[in-house]
Amino acid sequence: MTKLLINTTPSRRTVLRGLAGGIAAGAGMLAMPRFIQAQTSAPIKLGFQLHRTGIGASYGRWYERTAQAALKVVNDAGGINGRPVEIAFEDDATDPQRGSEVIEKLVNQQGVDVVFGPLFSHVVIGSAPRAAELKVPYLVCSEGFHVASGMLNRWTLQPGITDVRAQISAMAPWVAANLGKRITMVFPDFAFGYDHRDFFKAAIEAQGGEVLAQIAIPPTETTFTRYFPQIPADTEVLYHVMVGPAVLTFVKELGEFYGSGARPQIFGFIDSVEAVDIASPGLEFLEGTHFWEAHNRFKQADASEHETFYRAAVGVDDNGASIADPADVATYSHMFSCWETLFMIKAGMEASGYQTTADRQKFVEAIEAMTDMPAGMERPQGHKRFNGKTHQVFGHQNISKVEGGKLMRVHQTSLEDGAYPDAVDYTAQPF
Amino acid sequence: MDFGPYLLLAVMEGLVMSAALALTAVGLSLVFGVMRVVNVAHGEFFMLGAVGAWFVTQAVPGPPWIGFVVALVACPLMVAGVAAVADKLVLRRLHYDPEATILATIGLLYIIQQAALSIYGPDARPVEAPFTLRLQFPWFGYSGYKLFVIAAALLILAAVWWLMTRTKAGLIMRATQQDRTTAQAFGINVDRVYSGVFALGAGLAAIAAVLIVPISQAYYLMGSDPLLLAFIVVIIGGLGSLRGTLVAALVIGLSDGVISMFFSPTLAKILATLLVAMVLVFRPQGLFGAKP
Amino acid sequence: MTRHGLKIWALHLGLIAVLLALNWVLPAYHHTNLARIMVFAVFAMGFNIAFGYTGLLSLGHALLFAAGMYGAGLSASLWAFPALPAMIAGLLAGGGMAAVVGSLALRTSGVAFMIVTLMFAQAGYLCVLYFGNVTGGDEGIVIGAQSRVLVGINLSADTPRFLFAWALFGAALVGNLALMRAPFGRVMIAMRENEDRSRMLGYDPYRTKLIVMVISGLYAGIAGAAYGLMFGYVGASFAAIQYSILPMIWVLLGGAGVVLGPFVGALFMFYLIDISSSYTTANLLVVGVALLVLVLFAPRGLLGYARDRWLPWLP
Repeated sequence: MTKLLINTTPSRRTVLRGLAGGIAAGAGMLAMPRFIQAQTSAPIKLGFQLHRTGIGASYGRWYERTAQAALKVVNDAGGINGRPVEIAFEDDATDPQRGSEVIEKLVNQQGVDVVFGPLFSHVVIGSAPRAAELKVPYLVCSEGFHVASGMLNRWTLQPGITDVRAQISAMAPWVAANLGKRITMVFPDFAFGYDHRDFFKAAIEAQGGEVLAQIAIPPTETTFTRYFPQIPADTEVLYHVMVGPAVLTFVKELGEFYGSGARPQIFGFIDSVEAVDIASPGLEFLEGTHFWEAHNRFKQADASEHETFYRAAVGVDDNGASIADPADVATYSHMFSCWETLFMIKAGMEASGYQTTADRQKFVEAIEAMTDMPAGMERPQGHKRFNGKTHQVFGHQNISKVEGGKLMRVHQTSLEDGAYPDAVDYTAQPF
Repeated sequence: MDFGPYLLLAVMEGLVMSAALALTAVGLSLVFGVMRVVNVAHGEFFMLGAVGAWFVTQAVPGPPWIGFVVALVACPLMVAGVAAVADKLVLRRLHYDPEATILATIGLLYIIQQAALSIYGPDARPVEAPFTLRLQFPWFGYSGYKLFVIAAALLILAAVWWLMTRTKAGLIMRATQQDRTTAQAFGINVDRVYSGVFALGAGLAAIAAVLIVPISQAYYLMGSDPLLLAFIVVIIGGLGSLRGTLVAALVIGLSDGVISMFFSPTLAKILATLLVAMVLVFRPQGLFGAKP
Repeated sequence: MTRHGLKIWALHLGLIAVLLALNWVLPAYHHTNLARIMVFAVFAMGFNIAFGYTGLLSLGHALLFAAGMYGAGLSASLWAFPALPAMIAGLLAGGGMAAVVGSLALRTSGVAFMIVTLMFAQAGYLCVLYFGNVTGGDEGIVIGAQSRVLVGINLSADTPRFLFAWALFGAALVGNLALMRAPFGRVMIAMRENEDRSRMLGYDPYRTKLIVMVISGLYAGIAGAAYGLMFGYVGASFAAIQYSILPMIWVLLGGAGVVLGPFVGALFMFYLIDISSSYTTANLLVVGVALLVLVLFAPRGLLGYARDRWLPWLP
């Protein structure tokens, strides 16, 4: 990526800032030829805010691969509105401050039409205000509740992955009915964990269950055994969700702690072993435990042709690992969001007749107008329903059981299982 | 869980943490004590050792203990080599100026991290322990390998203590530590001593990493936490005091383990951190340091 | 010193004037970057006052920056403070936190000071997470629009934001320069060079250093408050160890004990990362090698080198 670092011809914004208001109209005309040219042939340029380094790098690598694969499919099918599509990837170091600079760089220097792709909540929340100031659509792949909670703005949307509140709410009835009603939760002591703490507790109590203890692990922690004695003895289900590089230690130590003794049922979010080979030494005890998965890592017997196509395009084998290196396990339950978001961008641009950056508002309105979207090549994870008011999409969730070292689906939730009342109406907010 | 078994578990966990702390700190204590330079890249030498252990155990066939033994020999040598090169190319040319060294070792940190990210990748990967032994207590299970780490830490500390107090090399290092100029006047090649100490410190970090990585994972960003903790241990123990390093590691490890029994986890961390800071506030020379 | 007074003021005021002129010249991307850099430079100036001039190597300045940021951010989000009082709250929080930390940590010196400040900052970071219900924890909080208008200046728009950052930077720079040219500035340097002799001459080292820490905290605090309000986001990552290391890198790169050092270092480091990441995905390697080459070539930082060679009068 060799880019001219300092734009020698002043952009319209600069000139506007530099000149008095009266000359602004003339400056607008100066900028015209570029747009006319763009209308005919120039590629549509998408910006990708990528966790290439920092704590999110495991996810970032797969997010990049998935987005590249989707890009190829889109371009092979003729691009968007008859124009080729490009993606500019820019590393945000999984840091909110750099994240907001990256938005800046993608929009003002690379001249992208929209930005998408971040996973980590703090990067999303740190960058969203800047995206709104620049009036650029910002499509996040983060599964956080921060979009639907109303914390962000009109320009920030999450059309590719269900938010964590809906995921959790959809899980609770099945857990209560099949595993047990007396629950102890272990989660990281930061915001991602709090969504689990608050929403799962509410959801399980609605099912007549009870949360016995909530153990919040400090994010700086690398060893966990010392916290396990806080799990009450009468716990029926241990609910765990961890993120970050220490997840494997967590699961391993949990196995050591219970050893051959009696243990409760264990239900985890796949985040605890995302990008981790479930056949790693020390994880044998996971056999028979359950996991939430957004997207089944192991190819299921009833997999659709779209699922098969998606795996081949991204380069993932039937066990959810890279075809090139079976030890390289994908972040399979999250990365489909990059694929589906790219196809949402395509749909939004086609519905709004997107031509130039002046159409960004029309693009957001077009996405807001979307509702039911069937499963298909664009949505290998399955059928989705978009809520234009909360800017959040809702899809099916899966519960899998570890059987013979593989995650086999035992239940799929309906869209209604995860429903909750709207917390915000972004369409009532100004652009 | 009842209080008794809980306390037992907390103490065992505290001891394991103490062992890990002492292991990572002993190399830094040497470098910091003798050379008086802040080596920000010490944690990256630790990381290199762990990542190296992953590569070695992947490459060596047979039961896991063979790969582990090979790693225990090969990784420290490799990392010591990297450190010796860094010393020759950079630190010596800076005449070990304290401020310039900080900046230079930060540069080194970036280079090593990027190398690990590019070659090894961003995932945290497990390294199998040389043996699998799970102790089943009536109340909980426990990893036998963790107890082995405690024993290994004691062994290595004893070896370093022997090296420093009972050998000629140790005498030379201590002489250089106490008075560089006089040592030079007595014909000691200070540059070579510094080179050796820097490589030895890095090698010790790598040994620590190979021992510890089976109870955590090899990860390209794993170096920063051990670095901070090792610094804290070295300063609390008192500069250049091996006994201090050991005691500080015990104090910090055990207090961290036991405090976590009584408070919510994050609050326990806050309290343990403040406690350690207060030790220094009221005893600035550290537990076993000479009064300035 | 007075012999060079004119030259010194001309250089610093000239730089401030050039930065103002850049408001009308820079392309949008670099325009906002410069606004960020100027705010970070204020933070680094605070670090330089403690470390570069007085010899206090703190590894806990993230705590002071975060105190300012949360002082402003929480007063805006909890009590809907407008921008001006929020900014003042941030300034005072930075200074107050520095007074508390300093009064304890200054009982130590050298490496022990480094570790004590580090541990206080670590405790502060964990507190931000622990009180996540209020602080938003690691996710942080978005600052509402009503708290981002400073006496009629809309900090969320590009030009006013730049001008605000410029004014803050200019004031901080002039303040720093004036401090170093005042008698107290000489006492600071005396503390760095020889604490025992200064004590013998009747200066109280503890008191001097505590004042320095508070000044440093005020700089860090206002920078944190400004950054939060300018970019509408306050989060725990700004309290993490990284933000204690960064000002140290900026100051050492630019030149410790040079008034312009922090700005030059922050500018250099920002574009080093930015430009290298445009050309390669292995940008940390480029940054690392650049740091090594630079430190070999100019161990006292860029302006330290300039001062040794050509500009002995540089304050």
